[in-house]
Amino acid sequence: MQLQHLLGIEPLQPQQIKEILDLADQYADRNRTSSRNSKVLAGCTQINMFFENSTRTQASFEIAGKRLGADVMNIAMQASSIKKGETLVDTALTLNAMHPDLLVVRHPHSGAVDLLAQKVNCAVLNAGDGRHEHPTQALLDALTIRRSKGRLHRLNIAICGDIAHSRVARSNLILLGKMENRIRLVGPATLMPAGINEFGAEVFHDMEEGLKDVDVVMMLRLQRERMDGGFIPSEREYYHRYGLNAAKLSNAKPDAIVMHPGPMNRGVEIDGDIADDLSRSVIQEQVEMGVAVRMAAMDILMRNRRQNLEEAQR
Amino acid sequence: MTSLRITNVHLIDPELQTIQLGSLTIIDGRIAADDLSAPTLDGRGKYLAPGIVDIGVKVCEPGERHKESFRSAGLAAAAGGVTTMVTRPDTDPVIDSPETLEFATRRAQAACAVHTYQMAALTKGRLGREMTEIGFMQDAGAVAFTDCDSVVSDTKVLSRALTYAQQLGALVIGHPQDPGLSKGAAATSGKFASLRAIPAASPMAERLGLERDLALVEMTGAKYHADQISTALALPALERAKQQGLDVTAGVSIHHLTLNEFDVADYRSFFKVKPPLRSEEDRLAMVAALAAGILDIISSMHTPQDEESKRLPFEQAASGAVALETLLPAALRLYHADQLSLPQLFRAMSLNPAKLLGLPGGSLAQGAPADLILFDPDTPFVLDRFKLHSKSKNTPFDGQRMQGQVLATFVHGQKVYQR
Repeated sequence: MQLQHLLGIEPLQPQQIKEILDLADQYADRNRTSSRNSKVLAGCTQINMFFENSTRTQASFEIAGKRLGADVMNIAMQASSIKKGETLVDTALTLNAMHPDLLVVRHPHSGAVDLLAQKVNCAVLNAGDGRHEHPTQALLDALTIRRSKGRLHRLNIAICGDIAHSRVARSNLILLGKMENRIRLVGPATLMPAGINEFGAEVFHDMEEGLKDVDVVMMLRLQRERMDGGFIPSEREYYHRYGLNAAKLSNAKPDAIVMHPGPMNRGVEIDGDIADDLSRSVIQEQVEMGVAVRMAAMDILMRNRRQNLEEAQR
Repeated sequence: MTSLRITNVHLIDPELQTIQLGSLTIIDGRIAADDLSAPTLDGRGKYLAPGIVDIGVKVCEPGERHKESFRSAGLAAAAGGVTTMVTRPDTDPVIDSPETLEFATRRAQAACAVHTYQMAALTKGRLGREMTEIGFMQDAGAVAFTDCDSVVSDTKVLSRALTYAQQLGALVIGHPQDPGLSKGAAATSGKFASLRAIPAASPMAERLGLERDLALVEMTGAKYHADQISTALALPALERAKQQGLDVTAGVSIHHLTLNEFDVADYRSFFKVKPPLRSEEDRLAMVAALAAGILDIISSMHTPQDEESKRLPFEQAASGAVALETLLPAALRLYHADQLSLPQLFRAMSLNPAKLLGLPGGSLAQGAPADLILFDPDTPFVLDRFKLHSKSKNTPFDGQRMQGQVLATFVHGQKVYQR
């Protein structure tokens, strides 16, 4: 099955995940050289539509597009037509009429990117929809793990923090599960989604126990802006019980890596020293892999699109 | 004197719980003793049942006539075999005064061929603060008092409204959901909602809401109907209240009887209803409770929404589905699945709602109004939403295979619909 859109990890086959990661691996290496720019997407129009504020993800998508030679355009949706009352679908139809090749969309509501993809005939890449999915984040995390652990299967991986409100956690849980890893979810019960016991992951409310002998520690941002209030008593109690520090990390394997999707709340979910410890933390590498994974995903989507258009013309 | 004798039909009698091949005579709009001299209509072995009495129909007049008017709702009702619509007061403005009630009644009488009765709000503006003029509105014809899906969260306000309604013998219809726990929910919490990351509420919210309402009913002695029960968790409380002798009944929407949460699939907003669709276990429990008589009434909970309010991300999309025309074929799924008999279905769709509101109808007995439907439970068809009579086309059954079609609908002996 050919990918037309990248809306989530859920519809992907393990083989498709592997293909994206293999190509991203090549881009990652090339990005470190001076010949990192190419013309793979020359003539393609890429529109980044961010209905939710983002600096790092949007920059990453923009750089990825530009490295591949695409014509990249950013629209800050918060400041534009939705303020004037236009619906998501109308906005999509308007942009679609300008014949872009790729829409990169972030939206605060789960399922919004799926809805948009149904209404346009260009490729759509989900850059995060509500609490639902953030596929390129899971892919870049997977690539980072694979590069530092040498494999992406049979690893013990702990995902820690605000699982309920995190699209990063959801996409990672699905991806790492598809690749046959053992996943632990660590966090307070109020930040676990309902039905979590049916997800095939082990749930821990005690962090020291949850980190025992894991290969990878994935921290999540405590999404304060998503809180209705009252999920945790206070930041300091949260830091005491679920903030990653050297003592808690000592339960993990000695070569365990520490990850964080950023932006970090130092002193809330992660100790600054751990984040900056280059022997443990791969947080900067995650950012680097982000560009490579996005280049790979866009490359594949555009290749498939070109093929489809040619077949349609024949 | 006008008369008609419908012959060669299976008569579905919800009072006797029987089906018998026979004939039925209508004289001057009423069911009469068999009269061989009356002109005949050959029923060709099809089924004749008392017309459906549908409690909780939303007609968007006043306020949103582009979604549904009394005229379009009346046509949809006739085509769906609904001979009596009992309409909701959650319009804009709310039907919470004798004046707005009089407006809706007048519009309904002018535009609908089927019977219509109005419900009125229990509190002013459905805000849950002050009770409405229950007495005046009862005199003006309101058959029940309800704030619809807006729950009166202040128990003092609700207890006073129930007390006041009790002394007038007025029926209060509640929406049993705990407002705190169910706030912002668009799905039922569980694996599916978590995977799709839709804000969800525990089914416990329904039991909490019901237990609270029943406690207040016990305290005040009011006559109470729960508009929609949808979870197995709530059933024991309901059963207990009935055993205790409280004047309590409960309904269930056709959607909670025939669909489950997985039907939402990839965020299909036509499947967003309130309360949200539940698990398959809950659906089966509702069917069983209906067969056992723990649940009394099936409603369409007809809620028209235009394309604009549905074509949004799931969380933001409006709730509700049109169902006047799909109520019968959807209910017949339960008959074809051997889960409920035809007399059981018509007890819940015709007889029980008529009895609850003290309306004539729901009966094939002599002297009862000749509000009847002639239908074929077996005709297969694929539903095309654009062929519905409702102005709004938001049905979850679009494109689905269904069985059962209304052939003719009679209201007071007059044929108001013929296929």
